[in-house]
Amino acid sequence: MLLDVQDLKVSFHSRDGVNEAVKGISFHLEEGKTLAIVGESGSGKSVTSMALTKLLPPEPQCRVSGKASLDGESLLDLSASEMRAVRGKQIAYIFQEPSTSLNPYYTVGDQIAEAIKFHRKEVSDVWEEVVELLDKVGIREPEKRAVDYPHQMSGGMKQRVMIAIALACQPRILVADEPTTALDVTIEAQIINLLKDLRARLNMSIILITHNFGIVDEFADDIAVMFRGEIVEAGPAESVLSKPQHPYTQALINCIPKLGTKQKRLPVVDYAELEK
Amino acid sequence: MELSGDDKAMVSTDGEVKEEPLLEVRDLSVTFEAQRGGFIKCVEYVHAVKRVSFQVRKGATIGLVGESGSGKSTIGKAILRLAPIEEGTIHYGGQELTGLADKEFMPFRKRIQTIFQDPYASINPRLTIASIVAEPLIVHVPAMNRKQREEHVADLLEKVDLPADSMNRYPHQFSGGQRQRICIARALSSSPEFIICDECVSALDVSIQAQIVNLLQDIQDELGITYLFIAHDLAVVEHMCDEALVMELGEIVEQGPTDSLYRSPQHPYTQRLLSAVPRMPTIAGAH
Repeated sequence: MLLDVQDLKVSFHSRDGVNEAVKGISFHLEEGKTLAIVGESGSGKSVTSMALTKLLPPEPQCRVSGKASLDGESLLDLSASEMRAVRGKQIAYIFQEPSTSLNPYYTVGDQIAEAIKFHRKEVSDVWEEVVELLDKVGIREPEKRAVDYPHQMSGGMKQRVMIAIALACQPRILVADEPTTALDVTIEAQIINLLKDLRARLNMSIILITHNFGIVDEFADDIAVMFRGEIVEAGPAESVLSKPQHPYTQALINCIPKLGTKQKRLPVVDYAELEK
Repeated sequence: MELSGDDKAMVSTDGEVKEEPLLEVRDLSVTFEAQRGGFIKCVEYVHAVKRVSFQVRKGATIGLVGESGSGKSTIGKAILRLAPIEEGTIHYGGQELTGLADKEFMPFRKRIQTIFQDPYASINPRLTIASIVAEPLIVHVPAMNRKQREEHVADLLEKVDLPADSMNRYPHQFSGGQRQRICIARALSSSPEFIICDECVSALDVSIQAQIVNLLQDIQDELGITYLFIAHDLAVVEHMCDEALVMELGEIVEQGPTDSLYRSPQHPYTQRLLSAVPRMPTIAGAH
């Protein structure tokens, strides 16, 4: 087992009180597999992924408890400098909005090179590696595009650059936090195919965070459905999607308009019913 | 020269067609100027919309789909005069809009409203909900006094299912879905006939999206409002719209009733768009 999370709790403390964002969840991830964490905004799915590498604010604003072990090494007890070795090298991230994640003042090549220089000091020709990475994520004429600035690229290309940065450190786990939400359907399909292809070639494990059941169906081995900080349903993707047991999962799948099925009204999630 | 020919065609069809379209766009082209270069300046032209024509019947919902950069939002903006029209005509309720002076266009701003994509960016964080929703009234219905405005706003908030105590609260106290309801209430406040929904559910979670889509349909059933529904989600467009226009690189490549358009897409671009949509599992026996 590559990653094992037990009873993870995250709470945010402010003057207005305590907000329990994640209320004791457990899940695990095998080598080369994809786990999809599905839920609405505010369900705690991004907070969960960020807690693994201490990307959240420090105490006392934010408290994290529970266990998370990567290859038997406990992640939550690591010091700041030990954690830096885990980030990128072991667990790398791709975020939703590529235009805000990239630095507008540096060429995309420089930004990929930065990750290589920091995490893989053994690489002698960094630039060659940059071009190879851009090629790997499917950017045509990589030598030329490496000296482009982010604004010279389209949204899909920027997301490919983000993936190249994540891959630069050859991570064992890639956390993709809503990687296609900001993209068009045709570009979304390309990015998903790219991730699938990379997963097969590099034997990476992927944690896919999303609210889009469509891409989950194409991509994930396992699913964990989160609702208000708890995992309400988990299991193999096929069985969760075809026979969802929890009423929230059923409601969430039902409320998505589906191509080719005309309904008078869309069914909605009945939150009052779920509270009971 | 072509323009005058089109104008004549307009007049003759007006006589024949029983129901005059609420909105008729003919040969609309929008071109943006972009300055390139730092030291030696040169101007480049971006043809965002190229000779686009379509009609919208009163009370209908027409979908406008395409990838980002295809020019679909620009069309919505051009109707509201937020984009420079290079050529073409826009007839609204029989009146030609493109030649009007800004002052003459004002009544149309009351009749045509819009809801934007990002409810975080499209409302002023420093105003209370009551003043946000009342603002179009102050501009377009100056005859209304403070008390009447307040009552009107309270009605609107009830219509969009916001809690009654939201009047004096600020936008940051609301969730994304609730903010989009605020935007809808604001769009409705001047009692428009036509609303341009520019990707108004794209930024929302699927569960919230379903609520907002239903709300827009309820409002249409009750008030008979016409929608121009701009979106890149083909499934939502199929659900919402009677008719759809597919745009690629500033041009309409295919248009028609959603049923036939989705069942047998003719243009390769439409086929490509439809095949890119991830297939959704359908739950057997659930619901």
